[in-house]
Amino acid sequence: MEQKTSAPADKSAPAPSGVGTTGHSWDGIEELNNPLPRWWLWSFYACIVWAVGYWFLYPAIPLVSSYTKGLLGWQSRTQIEVDMAELKAMRSGMTTKIEATDLADIEKNPELLSFARAQGSAAFAVNCAPCHGAGAQGFKGYPNLNDDDWIWGGKAEDILTTIKHGVRWEQDSNSRSGVMPAFGRDGLLNRKEIATVADYVMSLSGLAVDKGADLAAGKTLFAANCAACHGDAGKGNQEMGAPNLSDKVWLYGSDKAAIIERITIGGGGVMPAWSNRLDTATMKSLAVYVHTLGGGK
Amino acid sequence: MSVPTSTTFDPHSDEPDLPLYEARKQIYPQSVSGTYRRIKWIILAVTLGIYYILPFIRWDRGPNAPNQAVLIDMPHRRAYFFFIEIWPQEVYYLTGLLILAAMALFLMNALAGRIWCGYLCPQTVWTDLFMAVERLIEGDRRERMQRDAGPFTVEVFALKLLKHTFWLLIAWWTGGAWVLYFDDAPTLVVQLLTFQGSATAYISIFVLTFTTYTFAGLMREQICLYACPWPRIQAALTDEHALNVTYRYDRGEQRMSVKKAAALRAAGEPVGDCIDCQQCVAVCPTGVDIRNGPSLGCIQCGLCIDACDDVMTKIGRPTRLIAYDTDVNIKRRQSGLANIFKPIRSRTILYAFVIAAVGGLMAYQLVTRAPSTITVIHDRNPIYVKLSDGRIRNAYTVRIANMLNDPRTYVFSVAGLEHAQVDIIGAEHAAQGELFITVGPDQTRELRVLVTHELDDRRGAPVALYFEIRDELDGRLAVGKDFFRTPNTVH
Repeated sequence: MEQKTSAPADKSAPAPSGVGTTGHSWDGIEELNNPLPRWWLWSFYACIVWAVGYWFLYPAIPLVSSYTKGLLGWQSRTQIEVDMAELKAMRSGMTTKIEATDLADIEKNPELLSFARAQGSAAFAVNCAPCHGAGAQGFKGYPNLNDDDWIWGGKAEDILTTIKHGVRWEQDSNSRSGVMPAFGRDGLLNRKEIATVADYVMSLSGLAVDKGADLAAGKTLFAANCAACHGDAGKGNQEMGAPNLSDKVWLYGSDKAAIIERITIGGGGVMPAWSNRLDTATMKSLAVYVHTLGGGK
Repeated sequence: MSVPTSTTFDPHSDEPDLPLYEARKQIYPQSVSGTYRRIKWIILAVTLGIYYILPFIRWDRGPNAPNQAVLIDMPHRRAYFFFIEIWPQEVYYLTGLLILAAMALFLMNALAGRIWCGYLCPQTVWTDLFMAVERLIEGDRRERMQRDAGPFTVEVFALKLLKHTFWLLIAWWTGGAWVLYFDDAPTLVVQLLTFQGSATAYISIFVLTFTTYTFAGLMREQICLYACPWPRIQAALTDEHALNVTYRYDRGEQRMSVKKAAALRAAGEPVGDCIDCQQCVAVCPTGVDIRNGPSLGCIQCGLCIDACDDVMTKIGRPTRLIAYDTDVNIKRRQSGLANIFKPIRSRTILYAFVIAAVGGLMAYQLVTRAPSTITVIHDRNPIYVKLSDGRIRNAYTVRIANMLNDPRTYVFSVAGLEHAQVDIIGAEHAAQGELFITVGPDQTRELRVLVTHELDDRRGAPVALYFEIRDELDGRLAVGKDFFRTPNTVH
């Protein structure tokens, strides 16, 4: 339904503001005529010109399988390469020093230590955190790097070797090797014997064992089957990556079922060798970072 | 009700539509002298003097800090203001300053309207300076109007060229002074003149030269009318008791010529003092007619007061036909009442209170702030570590800031947990069971602190730890608090 407005607007009628109206009226509501300054219009045109220039100079319009590249040839990919090269150049002084300095000396020099820890922390987040956790707290089967229990050695040099060559990493001939036999699966021990050894292993670190557990028999079985790698007292052997069984830190859990599982299937975790992926300074920084988390020897 | 489609606007009408864009009316402010003009000159000299000279003032802070009184040192993340040195984490002082600035602006507005606009705003100060240069080169209002209306001759071109050259020089100097606040001024001046300055410096100077020249030379009142948000905010903030530059129409109307006024006055008829000489309009830098009442364009600089006073003196009438006054007073005078001025009202008290509170808080913070601070962040992951002997270890990132200009050595200790073992990665040395940490002048140092303790089987709240640093030299103590957590603590 169209309805005529009450009164025709008078273009010259001064509104309370002293400004005339445009003559447009909607249901008696009129529009004041406050025109924009002309220079504003020109700056609007200037923006349009700028935008058109931008189209031609920079990547702008998406096409079916590509996009307009722009006359300047600018690319975010090239930009990041330039930025990374700048960053590398900026750090090169410290990087060279890290490369030339012994790990122990890096830790004695506050400036180098701070740089290596910062670098190491960043590299850790990118490369190591997926397995060892963001805070190097580890998971079942992936060691916690904050504690003082080391499978392959907790000196900074040992840590660097592990980073460089990995653990049980077949592509690297210098990788840490040493595999626990699958005593159960391969029939080296029967179920009863495994349970007996498990009881004995738990007693080594003072864990509560089942009533009536035959610890003497367990000790005999341990001496015959386990002591070669783990030592007579179960203190472990870092040369072979045999964990210390007499301490309070357990990689796969400290309950009897977890220990029986390890004896049954044997084996051990795998860590890649990083020497082909990371440069020396980064690996050294990582070694310093891990070593100074708190548990380093 | 109807849909808002019907309109009396007829697209087929022959009547020409109103213009959508408005051409700028060139303003030729006339020179004027008087009280307010003098105040403006003094403020102009003082503010510009401070702006251009301040970077060159020296302030001795010892060998390890810059000796420039006012300096914002971006690369080193420090700001210096005479005896005050601000670190990035103290940027709340800037927040405080901004609150103070806003409140001071509101207070000014509550007392006397837009006096910020009229006297102190950089746009006004630089425009005034540019207008003075223009007047010096091209002459006063009448001369400039005649020249602009006349043919464009070589002489006109030469004068304009001269004017714009001087404007650009001032603008360039303005941009040049700006960058001096961000680096050692005397060194930077030499670098800039020998083309050794950084690209950032040259770009900043270029941008500020451009904006100063455009805003103060070309745009002028257009900035106040269209770009500045303050007139809009001010209109909403003001009230009827704020002083405004006001045409006292109770005295001015009816306007008439001097002769006619004299005749009517002799006959005892009511006569207005305004002789409609348009001087108030001629001197106005934004081109408004103050006699139309308060307007968005009026920056309340008071130059029309000076112009009108001049005329009133000449015709032998009392001055201040235009004055800082209120509409309330005009109405009161019209009904035979006395003027009232209420500078103390709820809003001015509130603004003054906020200014005093924020200023006081900032001053208190500044006076009592510690020259050395310690902050402690507990490792988030893992929250605790079980060691091979069953003890529990918590790790903390500790940052010690030495805000003094000489290196300091601190005795570091952790209190709150008896028999706890405390290790620091990268500590200088330990002697007699105490750990010593040295932090360089005006620097911070990050440490990794390890606290190890027997596992307590009882469940309970985390134990509070107090990380203390005692300055070896003056014994000043700073403490940071955090907690020791174990598998048994309730998080």
